Amino acid sequence: MQILKQFHDIANDPIGYAKHWKTENQCKVVGYFCSYAPEEIIWAAGALPYRILGAGGSISRADGHLQAYSCSLVRGALDDALTGKLDFLDGTVFPHTCDSIQRLSDIWRLNAGLSLHLDLVLPVKLNTKSAEDYMQAVIKKFYHDLAAGLGVEITPEKLSKAVKTFNQIRTGLQRLYEIRRDHCGTMSSRDLHAIVKASMVMDRNVLAERLSAVVDLLQTKNPKTDTAEKRLVLTGGICSMPEIYQPIEDAGGTVVWDDLCTGSRYFEGRVDPEGNLLNSIGQRYFNRIICPAKHRDCFSRGDSLLKMVENTRAQGVIFVILKFCDPHAFDFPYIKELLDRAGIPSMLLEIEDQQASLEQLKTRIEAFIELL
Amino acid sequence: MSTNEKSKDLEKENRKIKCVKQMKEIMTEYYIEAKTAEQTGKKVAWITSGGPVEPLIAMDVIPVYPENHGAMIGAAKMGVDLCEKAEAMGYSRDLCSYARADIACAPIDGGPIGGLPRPDMLVCCNNICGTVLKWYEIQARYYDVPLFILDTPFCHTEFSDDAKKYVREQITEYVEFLEKVCGKKADEDRMAEVGRLAIEGQRLWQAVLDTTTHRPSPMSAFDAFFHLALIVTLRGTQVTIDYYTALLKEMKERVDAGIGAVPDEKYRLLWDNLPVWYRTRWLSEKFAAQGACLVADTYTSAWCSSLKYLKEDNFLDSMAEGYARIYLNISVDEMAENVVGMIDKYEADGLVMHSNRSCKPYSLGQYDIQKIIQQKRGIPTLLIEADMVDERSFSESQIETRIDAFMEVLKNKK
Repeated sequence: MQILKQFHDIANDPIGYAKHWKTENQCKVVGYFCSYAPEEIIWAAGALPYRILGAGGSISRADGHLQAYSCSLVRGALDDALTGKLDFLDGTVFPHTCDSIQRLSDIWRLNAGLSLHLDLVLPVKLNTKSAEDYMQAVIKKFYHDLAAGLGVEITPEKLSKAVKTFNQIRTGLQRLYEIRRDHCGTMSSRDLHAIVKASMVMDRNVLAERLSAVVDLLQTKNPKTDTAEKRLVLTGGICSMPEIYQPIEDAGGTVVWDDLCTGSRYFEGRVDPEGNLLNSIGQRYFNRIICPAKHRDCFSRGDSLLKMVENTRAQGVIFVILKFCDPHAFDFPYIKELLDRAGIPSMLLEIEDQQASLEQLKTRIEAFIELL
Repeated sequence: MSTNEKSKDLEKENRKIKCVKQMKEIMTEYYIEAKTAEQTGKKVAWITSGGPVEPLIAMDVIPVYPENHGAMIGAAKMGVDLCEKAEAMGYSRDLCSYARADIACAPIDGGPIGGLPRPDMLVCCNNICGTVLKWYEIQARYYDVPLFILDTPFCHTEFSDDAKKYVREQITEYVEFLEKVCGKKADEDRMAEVGRLAIEGQRLWQAVLDTTTHRPSPMSAFDAFFHLALIVTLRGTQVTIDYYTALLKEMKERVDAGIGAVPDEKYRLLWDNLPVWYRTRWLSEKFAAQGACLVADTYTSAWCSSLKYLKEDNFLDSMAEGYARIYLNISVDEMAENVVGMIDKYEADGLVMHSNRSCKPYSLGQYDIQKIIQQKRGIPTLLIEADMVDERSFSESQIETRIDAFMEVLKNKK
């Protein structure tokens, strides 16, 4: 499908896309880390929110700043910044999450040479009134700092429009996830991965339209429910490796949902378009499934994953965890045990952007899916 | 025995810090009290090393420190075994070795003291890392006890008014949490008194550390690693005040008598990061053999790093800022500034950094700090790759070679 090819092109070369967009639109581009960045505000400020994932090449300059026990996201992103690959960015936004990103922010501020550097020191607790108040204060401060940093005014109208656009995008992505879940074979996980990845860097107005177009196209193409046989849920942090989807599908597996930062956590929840928009943006982070670097209670991640497995009638779970990702690695044993008790088989894939052996990964995925 | 040998022995004996014995007694008594809490009816709280212990002391709750336990496990060289057990439980080897060792200890009552006493509650302050959040969640599930989290927003370039308000509100929530778990009201006067003692304890500890500005330095960072235990665990108690008063007196006597921690002190070094617990003696002797004394460190001074924000007449309000702005909860550049300040204060000739696989907030950024130090002070720096508890990450021959090369550079500079 031609429309899907566009997404693949962007996902394969997000830097090329953003540079081109910048020249064409004469607008600014603001890089950001993780799904806690209030992209609505960046977009309302007239800048393109650009998700930094690390281009995945070999590391050269980041090793002078980061130890080898840092994850490939942190090292890869810094390397891209230091080697000039990200010099089209006008600024960077660092939502506070894990220890590595926290320190990357400092190192980035000291070395990346970007004039605008915004730390969004969000609360870690997402379960109290005081944390909620603080969240709102942080978002409000970000709104002012970003406007001042970019030298623009973010009018209520612009913000309202951006909120609506992002809600539309989230709905579009969710619809695609539902189509993949309910109509097996309608769209491959590789395609959907490319769409999500492209979504995080694309012109959001264009994206909202194209997502609707894809949804319409797929809905008319295959209205019948076709249930996949070997149904899987992926859980973890970021997955910027389309390579893992092919072996899953080749072995007869279908990913029916995920709990990934580059997946459902990106589109889950909507921002209430009425009332105080800044507060509602923060409220969405409060209600959404959490990243393990955040705290709701001691059981929320495991419980929501079990519910996800149940709702999607998944038969197995694959943990996709970046090597050296502490928050996910700490949660793994407990969530695995929870799944074991529920009789849901699971496997752990520890991945790195600069993956050494895809063959081994393939063999393990095949063996796991055969088990189901 | 020749006269020469005799005088050497005497000299070695003189060099020993006398307070050590008392410290061991205090810590033993403390652990006995904690381990028998069930019989005495006292409540036990597990708390992070950077956590606000004062309200616990004021509420008569016994604070227990899994991190101190981790250090003991490391020093007892029991780390590898326990870490491997945690790995068998599914915890990645890349995770913090304090956390791994402690998590593995819980179900088997393992480690040098047969495990920590069961907690009635957990108090986690994330001013030192995000790891403690995950670690305490795990223990809250395991022991099925209430968990309080004091969330101290990280200070990259500022500690905002919003953050201050948020932390202050949580301190009230913390006291309410304790009142609920303990089933009694907090006593404000007692709280104020504990706060005053905590500040006094920190001042005394800083004064002890400051005696090392003298030449020769009466103690080394390796001694500080040991004497640190009280300011961490029993901050806010009279015992701590009395002990550090005695230790300070002893240090002053040593200064007057010209007794140094290292015989024939030639080089003064600064240590960065947590100790390598299973190799403190080896490292200490390695440096001492070449006339190098580690006169100060960023680790033990962290417990008085935010003294400037604390107010005796308003402890609860001021501790919000005090706890949020401790050494590890600040940016790389602010840490580097601190290190520069310490180099000047203690007249350090070199900087030794422990790149600690277990501690990302402490270690990531060290390369930049190293560069800043070289730029601003031009002193030699050494980076040792190791781990605080997991000996598998310690390569003796490699580290020995690096230390020797570093000492060569220092010698040539002098």
